[in-house]
Amino acid sequence: MTETTGIPIAPAGSAATPPAGQGLPQGGFTASLTSRLVILIPYLWLLLFFLVPFLIVFKISLSTTTIAMPPYEPVFSLDAGLSGLLAGLRDLTVDNYLWLTQDALYFNAYVSSVLIAAVSTFLTLLVGYPMAYGMARAPASLRGTLLMLVILPFWTSFLIRVYAWIGILKPEGLLNQFLLWLGVIDAPLQIMNTHTAIYIGIVYSYLPFMVLPLYASLEKMDFSLIEAAQDLGCTPTAAFWKITFPLSLPGVVAGAMLVFIPAVGEFVIPDLLGGSQTLMIGRTLWNEFFANRDWPVSSAVAVILLLILVVPIVFFQRAQARAQEG
Amino acid sequence: MKSLGSIRRTFAPWNNPEAKPYIVFDGVTKRFGDFTAVDNLSLSIHEREFFALLGASGCGKSTLLRMLAGFEEPTSGRILLDGQDLAGIPPYRRPVNMMFQSYALFPHMTVEANIAFGLKQDGMPRADIDRRVGEMLKLVKLEPFAKRKPHQLSGGQRQRVALARSVAKRPKVLLLDEPLGALDKKLREETQFELMDLQQELGLTFIVVTHDQEEAMTMADRIAVLDKGKVMQVATPAEIYEAPVSRFVANFIGNVNLLEGTVTGREGSALRIRGASGGEITVENAPAGVDHGDVAFAIRPEKIKVSPHAPAGGAGNAMEGEVYDIAYLGDMTVYLVKLADGQVVKASALNSARVTENPLTWNDRVWISFAPDAGVVLTR
Repeated sequence: MTETTGIPIAPAGSAATPPAGQGLPQGGFTASLTSRLVILIPYLWLLLFFLVPFLIVFKISLSTTTIAMPPYEPVFSLDAGLSGLLAGLRDLTVDNYLWLTQDALYFNAYVSSVLIAAVSTFLTLLVGYPMAYGMARAPASLRGTLLMLVILPFWTSFLIRVYAWIGILKPEGLLNQFLLWLGVIDAPLQIMNTHTAIYIGIVYSYLPFMVLPLYASLEKMDFSLIEAAQDLGCTPTAAFWKITFPLSLPGVVAGAMLVFIPAVGEFVIPDLLGGSQTLMIGRTLWNEFFANRDWPVSSAVAVILLLILVVPIVFFQRAQARAQEG
Repeated sequence: MKSLGSIRRTFAPWNNPEAKPYIVFDGVTKRFGDFTAVDNLSLSIHEREFFALLGASGCGKSTLLRMLAGFEEPTSGRILLDGQDLAGIPPYRRPVNMMFQSYALFPHMTVEANIAFGLKQDGMPRADIDRRVGEMLKLVKLEPFAKRKPHQLSGGQRQRVALARSVAKRPKVLLLDEPLGALDKKLREETQFELMDLQQELGLTFIVVTHDQEEAMTMADRIAVLDKGKVMQVATPAEIYEAPVSRFVANFIGNVNLLEGTVTGREGSALRIRGASGGEITVENAPAGVDHGDVAFAIRPEKIKVSPHAPAGGAGNAMEGEVYDIAYLGDMTVYLVKLADGQVVKASALNSARVTENPLTWNDRVWISFAPDAGVVLTR
């Protein structure tokens, strides 16, 4: 139980040994070459499967709609050569982005998406934190099983699980029948096609993404810190807010980002549970793309969505860097 | 550093029948499932005492400390602090503080904030907190490190932060769970004396849990030797060393030779014991009423003399044997002498002169001798 923070002890002016890995006399060159190669692989992956597709989407967002296949122009082609490319570049326009500002629908959809995602993330945290805490404090022999139970729903299709909620939430569904049977309510509750249904769907679907990072940060926490806080005069509640919660913040931030970011662009849950009047950017995007076949506008919607999400991601990375500094 | 000798010599409230003990364990038992960690244990500790709970791991010493801190409740029995029954009082309302074995420093707070933590909980005014934290930092000589985080400190510095944090609230009793366990030997020895000074300076009652007998002997006013949840002996370090009450205690503290034998007769205070091989020794210090049966004569190695010739005069006990092994330790030399009955006796001699030719070597025929009152007779 002499678990320390795991950070090498290297205070200035002490006789501590320098951290391992510094000043490797031999094999230094090959080691750095190998590590560069290893780092290169994820960068190549991101370049190929993120940056290139993004540039394509970005280019489409600057194009104009046309009734053709593909439904936009200009279309860059290698056949046209350099002069063709330059001619194409001249045809690019920011009209689609201007269009987004002219119709309040898009702005409302963005705001509504961010709000729904923020509320859902908070609710997921409220549900997930006690779960993660319970798991971290469970006997070590039980933890593996509990972890498994959290991950288990992933083994069923996401779509089917969201569909299943329709059967539970609809007016004649399981939940209403149960509440009627209990006598808590006289008439079925309208949960389907409301924001409540979306919250339930998102909390349910994204719970593991919240629980796992929270569990990871709570599990490595030394329980004697809580005892020390109580020993120094903290009630258990005070000890939670002064010790446990601050120390689990990296997990809270990681979990919140993992839930918030996909929830903003969520399409399936609002479509199936939220009904037609729910305004979320994922649905707007889908409508532009498939119903209106307006690829350039839907690409512009996607680019703006990405920009909106970059802000919390940067925040998240800053928080992580701070946490690593200690 | 003040001289503590005179204080130490006169401080012995446990010998005063009038003195009221400060902490009382009264028939305390603690079970975890089938395992009995503390078994019907009774113990009294006095105010301002430096008390050590000594035992091997799993002997219940830490459980005892945790019950006093309030992290465990006794299965049965009472714990009294200054006459008050502690049952049902949560840790955060007990006037005791603990220094944890892992130090349990809050990693997200600076040294300063760690020390101030308990004071803030008590709602102490800010100016008073700052003053007290300053005093504490000075006490443990960590003033330049006030703004550091725990992971930026060395092991010894962290230990001192933990100490400062646990005494900052001026608890009535400070509990120390293996306080020096994570330090290297040299630092540990220095810190032992620092702890003793600190205890005198603050006038607190210290209860320290340790498995290191040397540490307990150095620091404590009294030591309780524990085994399997029971107290084997409670006494001053000198008493425990010179007059252990059982074979277990004699073995646990320091080195000892246990000469097993049968009592053959008593002459006044002297007891005659016959060993397995038939050799007879005469010894003093037998408990009253031991006139027959099997006993052990416990004698420390440094009280046995090894000489190449039979000692002159018949006052002491002498046995012939053969040098089986010699270990030169610098300050002393340890001889293992094999007696006629095959038993190996350990004897140590202080090397008070520098670089002398040792007259004894392996396989030499030698005599070991000791005074009748050099050891104690043990029946348990």
